[in-house]
Amino acid sequence: MTADNAAAQAQQPLLRLRGVSKAFGPVRALTGIDLDIPAGQVTALVGDNGAGKSTLIKTVSGIWEPSDGEILWQGRRVNFRTPKDATDTGIATVYQDLALCDNLDIVQNMLLGHELRSHGLLDEIEMEKTARRTLEEMRVTTVRNIRQPVGSLSGGQRQAIAVAKAVMLNAKLVIMDEPTAALGVSQTALVLDIIQNLASRGIAVLVISHNLSDVFKVADRLAVLFLGRMVSSGPIADYDTSSAVHWMTTGAAPGGNGANGKTGLATGHGGLTDG
Amino acid sequence: MADLKQPQDDVVAAGGVPGASADLLADSVGDYARIWLRRIRSGESGALPVIAGLVAIVVFFWVKSPDFMTARNLINLIEQSAFIIVLGMAEIFVLLLGDIDLAAGFTAAIGAVIALWMLALGDPWWAAVLVALAACAAYGALQGIVTAKLGLPSFVVTLAGQLGLSGLLLYLVNASGSVGVGGIISLHNNIINDIENNQLSPAATWIVLIVIVALAGVGIFWGDQRRRSAGLVAPPVSISLLKIAAVAVAGAVVAIVSDLNRGRAVPIEGLPWVVLVVLVILFVWTSLMGRTRFGRYVYAMGGNAEAARRAGVSLVRVRTLAFTLCGLTAGMAGIIYASQLGSISVGVDGGQNVLDAVAAAVIGGTSLFGGRGRMLHAVLGGLVVGVINDGLELLGLSASAQLMWTALVLLAAVIVDRVTRRTQVAR
Repeated sequence: MTADNAAAQAQQPLLRLRGVSKAFGPVRALTGIDLDIPAGQVTALVGDNGAGKSTLIKTVSGIWEPSDGEILWQGRRVNFRTPKDATDTGIATVYQDLALCDNLDIVQNMLLGHELRSHGLLDEIEMEKTARRTLEEMRVTTVRNIRQPVGSLSGGQRQAIAVAKAVMLNAKLVIMDEPTAALGVSQTALVLDIIQNLASRGIAVLVISHNLSDVFKVADRLAVLFLGRMVSSGPIADYDTSSAVHWMTTGAAPGGNGANGKTGLATGHGGLTDG
Repeated sequence: MADLKQPQDDVVAAGGVPGASADLLADSVGDYARIWLRRIRSGESGALPVIAGLVAIVVFFWVKSPDFMTARNLINLIEQSAFIIVLGMAEIFVLLLGDIDLAAGFTAAIGAVIALWMLALGDPWWAAVLVALAACAAYGALQGIVTAKLGLPSFVVTLAGQLGLSGLLLYLVNASGSVGVGGIISLHNNIINDIENNQLSPAATWIVLIVIVALAGVGIFWGDQRRRSAGLVAPPVSISLLKIAAVAVAGAVVAIVSDLNRGRAVPIEGLPWVVLVVLVILFVWTSLMGRTRFGRYVYAMGGNAEAARRAGVSLVRVRTLAFTLCGLTAGMAGIIYASQLGSISVGVDGGQNVLDAVAAAVIGGTSLFGGRGRMLHAVLGGLVVGVINDGLELLGLSASAQLMWTALVLLAAVIVDRVTRRTQVAR
């Protein structure tokens, strides 16, 4: 029995959503969402404006409780009432605004709220070592000096610091909201590198992005939201740019008539497309 | 002893934020200077530009007035500035959050009234001081809770506090009966009186300053050395030695000037007690802001309150504590004020005093927008204001000219703050 459990655990995804719904009064923002997020892979969550991407990640990261359905973490049902519950479980969310203090330096930002102390006073040396180790593990090499204020960094570097801050809390799942929005080419490449590096270290990554070319560069899996429903999800190899766009904009499989031999419509919730 | 050295480092290091003072990847003095210039342009200017401004003003008055550069005048202006300096340190606690405490001037006055009243009734000096400080801290906590819990703008809450406390001041002095004759409570205690009106002996002056410089020197060198040996970002040895030399020179100058005779009929020599009091407050508060979680969270909230909240910082608790410390420090300023005046009266202009204190903090380099500032800024800014007032008076200029010159300096400081902010954001 125990062995069975262990085997089952090894196979099951790190995070699994089953029939998750979220309603704000009469407004149904999410309807019966099923989603698997496996460890060590990059899952891209795409969808048009208002598709429910933000609502979904806020539900996963504990800002809002789902109205219905269940969230399974390593096979066990979890109930996040506050963002802290999610963080303590191992889910770190990097929002678009990054939540960095421009006036503090990199080390201070990375350890904000988790400062190391000795004799009751801040242990700057140990904190600097910890921060540097994390950045090295993430192979963030463009930052020359980790004692410079975060306000002086480029957009990509800031994104990197925000991710590093999340990773340092031993996150097993890192959720990133539009990590490459408003970044230049080289900065985008830096962030995509970081995402891939996280996944290669066994961390599950959930990336929300509008930029399909970035998505196809890093994602292992794709999940498409349309009007609050998960209309399609699967390995990235099952999609190309035009089919993904089609799913995003119409909520239906490309080629018309709901015939989707290719993409494996998300279980049982293809109601929108069934003619 | 080990706890003393790090904060000492902060007092003299050139960084903008305590703890962030480590000096990039400078391998040589040239590198160091280049990086330092870059920090000035980005608003992380540290204390040296203010010190340079202070030196320039001092030299100006030295040239213009023969009476300025005398031991009597210099020590006098330091004694006169102590009150605004300490009140400025009180303000820095809340300015760092982007808040302001307009009531602090009257908090100080109320603290002085409580202390002097108790002394007049024959209570021991330490009991009077403790009760006065506790009352001021409690009042600060009240303002903090109202501001933080209800999410009200501190400007309005503390403006109400200013009005209320000015009324309370009138009430208390009138209610003190025979203690406060004619709206004035006199100071009857030698120890409190000695803060502003007595000094260490010349020998003790040297001993105290040598001990301070030695501790600071060991602190700076040991702190930098620990960073170097841990392989971390640290200034080169030559810079550490330069810092220590600067502290030693400053200590020696203070000792020499204080030990010159500044009396007329009777010789007066030695370091005024108030200088030591201000240094102790500066040291303790600098340590608190630079070496504790509370201090770190104050800077974080001033920089990005939402980020601090998401990192698990209790904004209500930190803001309340900051206002409490502001009230406590204002109480200290009030006792220094009473020592300076030898009494406390209903005529205290707490509104003007608090604005002078904010001006001192801002001139010293503290931002009104939160997130940037150090306790040292109140000392430097307070000295700038003190030197300007003193110098213009020696030149025979009227109070109107003094006020207008101070206004220009304040305006310049705010413009510098805003411009550096903008270049930082524009990146």
